[in-house]
Amino acid sequence: MDDLDRGLINALQDGIPICERPFAEAAMRFGLTEQEVADRIAALREAGFLSRFGPMYDAVRLGGGLTLAAMAVPEERFDEVAATVDAFPEVAHNYARDHALNMWFVLATETPERIGQAIAEIEEATGLDVLDLPKEEEFFLSLRLEA
Amino acid sequence: MTVAARKADPQGLDPVDRRIVVETQGGLPLCPRPYHAVAERLGLAPDDVMRRMRRMLAEGAIRRIAAVPNHYALGYRANGMSVWDVEDARVSEVGRRIAAFDFVSHCYRRPRHAPLWPYNLFAMVHGRTREEVKAHVAAIGAAVDDAARAHDVLFSTRILKKTGLRIAG
Repeated sequence: MDDLDRGLINALQDGIPICERPFAEAAMRFGLTEQEVADRIAALREAGFLSRFGPMYDAVRLGGGLTLAAMAVPEERFDEVAATVDAFPEVAHNYARDHALNMWFVLATETPERIGQAIAEIEEATGLDVLDLPKEEEFFLSLRLEA
Repeated sequence: MTVAARKADPQGLDPVDRRIVVETQGGLPLCPRPYHAVAERLGLAPDDVMRRMRRMLAEGAIRRIAAVPNHYALGYRANGMSVWDVEDARVSEVGRRIAAFDFVSHCYRRPRHAPLWPYNLFAMVHGRTREEVKAHVAAIGAAVDDAARAHDVLFSTRILKKTGLRIAG
């Protein structure tokens, strides 16, 4: 990754327009052709510096359900409970965290109603309480990490 | 992962929009005219694809079309979920202030579950080390001043699953 790549990552975190030639502006700014901009993005994605490049969709606005859930799992049951939780296809991410509430996962479901059902099923399967922490308000960010 | 909206549901996703979502959720084709490439793959007119995507952007179904950096690969190896107990009357103002920090990647208000969980504001903080994350959290603490009664930082110790969100094709 060179300075030009870093500049591109920083510039392209803000987004590209929806038009016939969305890379034209970045190409002009960085003195590249549009093909070169596209090729550099592809190489950065290939190398893992970008996790993706494209539209960021909002699951809830697309008609689905989304929530953050947390559990306090006894240490000796942690791996078993993690396996049970991870087996639910609705569990998109699951992280161990250092807190009494030590398991944190994102539930994404086909419908908003399915969230409650999935939580009840996880409680049933594990015998543990699940805290449902849906987003009530979102604060929008500048969201940029200097590359 | 499936986040399938039912086609029969009037509130569900329009079938053509849905095809565009399925085609592009993994990323845009990387060529000089990516929306034309999407249109070609789907057998749609480029103007139709761009009009629909502009509408989804305006409605918030698309947040933006952008590069998503891999924090870890860029050297931001530590992430801490900072959580804050803020008076309800001030949570929106404080949330906006926290979101303005460039090391914060997500900032949400969520419900408390007393007594186990007293926090109602979540801000994901990224840094190169845990010390850097802690310094960022201290900077947030200074900025929110007396509006937060208590806070904590939860570092992730292990990723147990990461499949991301996907709509069924």
